[in-house]
Amino acid sequence: MKYQHWLASVQGISGRKKIMLQERMKTAEGVYYIEETALEQYGFLNRNEKNKLLQAKHMWKPDEEYEKLMKKEIQLITCFDGGYPKRLRQIPDRPYGIYYKGSLPADHIPSAALVGARNCTAYGEKHARLLAEKLVCAGVEIISGMAKGIDGAAQRGALNGGGKTYAILGCGVDICYPSEHIGLYTDILENGGGILSEFPPGMKPLAYNFPKRNRLISGLSDAVIVIEAREKSGSLITADMALEQGRDVYALPGPVDSALSKGCNRLIYQGAAPVLSAELLMQDLGIQKAVLPAESNATKKVLESKENLVYSSVCLYPKSISQMIDELSLPAQEVMCALASLEIKGYIKEISKNYYIRN
Amino acid sequence: MSFCTVLSAAIFGLKVEFVNVEADVSNGLPAFHMVGYLSSEVREAAERVRTAIKNSQLEFPAKKVVINLSPATMKKRGAAFDLPIALSILASLGHLHPDHLKKRLIVGELSLDGKVRPVPGVLPVVMEGRAAGITSFIVPKSNAPEGALVDGVEVIGVGSLKEVYLYLTGQLCLQPEPHDSAVMNEEQKEDMPDYLDICGQETVKRASEVAVAGGHNLLLIGPPGSGKTMTAQRISTILPELTFEESMEITKIYSIMGLLDAEHPLIRYRPFRVVHHTATKAAMVGGGSVPVPGEISLAHQGVLFLDELPEFQKQVLEVLRQPLEERQVRITRVNGNYLFPANFMLVAAMNPCPCGCYPDLNRCTCTPGQIQHYLGKISQPFLDRMDICVESPKISYEALHNKKTVETSEEIRKKVCRARDVQKQRYRGTNIVSNSMMGAEEIRQWCGLEAEGEELMRQAFSRLGLTARTYHKILKVARTIADLEGKERIQTAHLQEAIGYRTIDKKYWGR
Repeated sequence: MKYQHWLASVQGISGRKKIMLQERMKTAEGVYYIEETALEQYGFLNRNEKNKLLQAKHMWKPDEEYEKLMKKEIQLITCFDGGYPKRLRQIPDRPYGIYYKGSLPADHIPSAALVGARNCTAYGEKHARLLAEKLVCAGVEIISGMAKGIDGAAQRGALNGGGKTYAILGCGVDICYPSEHIGLYTDILENGGGILSEFPPGMKPLAYNFPKRNRLISGLSDAVIVIEAREKSGSLITADMALEQGRDVYALPGPVDSALSKGCNRLIYQGAAPVLSAELLMQDLGIQKAVLPAESNATKKVLESKENLVYSSVCLYPKSISQMIDELSLPAQEVMCALASLEIKGYIKEISKNYYIRN
Repeated sequence: MSFCTVLSAAIFGLKVEFVNVEADVSNGLPAFHMVGYLSSEVREAAERVRTAIKNSQLEFPAKKVVINLSPATMKKRGAAFDLPIALSILASLGHLHPDHLKKRLIVGELSLDGKVRPVPGVLPVVMEGRAAGITSFIVPKSNAPEGALVDGVEVIGVGSLKEVYLYLTGQLCLQPEPHDSAVMNEEQKEDMPDYLDICGQETVKRASEVAVAGGHNLLLIGPPGSGKTMTAQRISTILPELTFEESMEITKIYSIMGLLDAEHPLIRYRPFRVVHHTATKAAMVGGGSVPVPGEISLAHQGVLFLDELPEFQKQVLEVLRQPLEERQVRITRVNGNYLFPANFMLVAAMNPCPCGCYPDLNRCTCTPGQIQHYLGKISQPFLDRMDICVESPKISYEALHNKKTVETSEEIRKKVCRARDVQKQRYRGTNIVSNSMMGAEEIRQWCGLEAEGEELMRQAFSRLGLTARTYHKILKVARTIADLEGKERIQTAHLQEAIGYRTIDKKYWGR
């Protein structure tokens, strides 16, 4: 495996070319010990790539590096191995190797990718969480990117539902990015999921890694669900790749005037299926209906009439106290008192000073 | 007589120390020696005094002059010793009779042509002098009105060295500056801004009313152009009037900083200090090798306004924490301790994120990381000291053009004053003047809750993640709201409103 580790970590040569190299030389070891003159014959490598390969060979100490990998409990699987995810074999630009911690998504279990904006609204966050929770209850594995916002919420939801979830990173699997998600990172591993990356350990989360990472998110899933996306968004790149790879694309509809739903609504306009409910989605995916957790009906508890009035004005999109005063034509102090009471009772949440959303 | 001594004074921090200026003129090699632990600006007085005497058409013979400023252990600074030095020399030379200088305290700077120029700190010098039994003061003419604020003493303002000489030798009659005991009542209204000018913003107006009524610190959060600065500027128009004692206390500090108006020296309005975010620690709390008061002391009994709060250096905000609690600041240097008063109301304004539009995600272009970083510039302990926090909303076109009946500053001020009177009554015989100054003991005594309120606070404590400090702040603010309504007990509605004003918690910001 130590030579595969070397070949997988060489930067600047595409996965396709690495695979071609190993096909010619039979093994990764063969590629490692390739003669400079023999290399000259391979026309598919340009001068630059040849230099990179030779350089990488000089710098590398196979035994030492492999030991480091073992110490970090990171595993590597290449597309010449049996365990390589079947779904990835289908995609044209599959990576030569995948580094992972924990486990890999199983080929026979359905999987869905939930992706979306980092700076999301409470609406997106709530539905990402609930959808993931319901999907795992039906036995679906959730694939995402562990980013802030939608990705994190979806994976957290999957864990809440007691299911497995896999995070595909744009950096080495030994790096937790974003660092705030260290709790999520460990929980994913503890619950039998996995952290995957095509990048070698120690790779920093560089901006140009992420579009490459996105093709793996869609590649590893049967369906890609975009929860919230702006009109120009990384999630839309994932959706495009999903279409190229022949995956189903779903999008959660949202208000037409919410900037964060513009991307999703456009996807629907272009032909993506809207996510209307978890049940319909499962039907589409051909998954047996499982016993889904009942929706909490806490909001129907007794509220004072004024509180009820104010509560009806609060929604999942942040609304400020002054907007509510205008809408309800109530005195400022009364609105304020009702909001404080609702907040203490747990119906609403203050997400920025005097901006409230439903809980 | 070749020796004479004149009484003068120097300022250390806010304290006044008396200084004896001694002069001896004797025969010998012509020289001008100055001793007594002097800083260079005092040492330079030699040239000013010699030239000023000459230019006042008085004789300065070539003799040996020795000047001593005692006590010699105290470092003397400033140019206020010029005039006493000149007079002591004139007396030693026999131009004046030393008796004319007895029982007088003299301060003033000289220019080369013999004019007497203003010096800082005349008011505290006269106050301290009166306490020590001195009844006659000679001060620069433009400082005389401030000296005359002190009752029962004779303050003579002089314009030049020649004038002093003629006055002391009886050739010129100078009237002491008249003391005006009715100065507090004088009408001196300038064009003040008014709350009438603010459209909409009901919550902000209410929050500032409560903040001023209880002396609570106020934090305004809102997008750019929502009128945060405009609101803050109007806070000074609803502040309660100063008492004469408070007024003198402030005037004393401004006198030392040389910030008084020559004609109307008494500060009758509560100060409103706007500090730019480039301010240093020393400028904020006071500093220097011999410390001078900083902005927080200049805002004593008034308002300190910090606009664009996250732009301030973090350390500058952190040094405010202790004065905010203790309402004074103690600055320690090798040469001693300096205690400056700092009982101010802090008003701060900030945007919710770098672009200012959060949480409107349709317009906000900031990433979650940027917002966290922006808020990270202010520490949570500092935020916990803001008693009242309110959003200053974006103003809609309707609000701009919908002239509803709004309260004027004067109306709000009346309510504030009523609430302040209630507090004054309650805290009679203590150091406390407003609800914000309550300690744990007073809170227990005055902020008792009914069963319903207790239950509400118990739930709020766990649900909203309150700390002991924020819990107490809510109670204090609720006390003020009850006082505004003239209620004896704090009711649930008061608590709920106070909870709505609680400070932001970064943990929960943006989920």
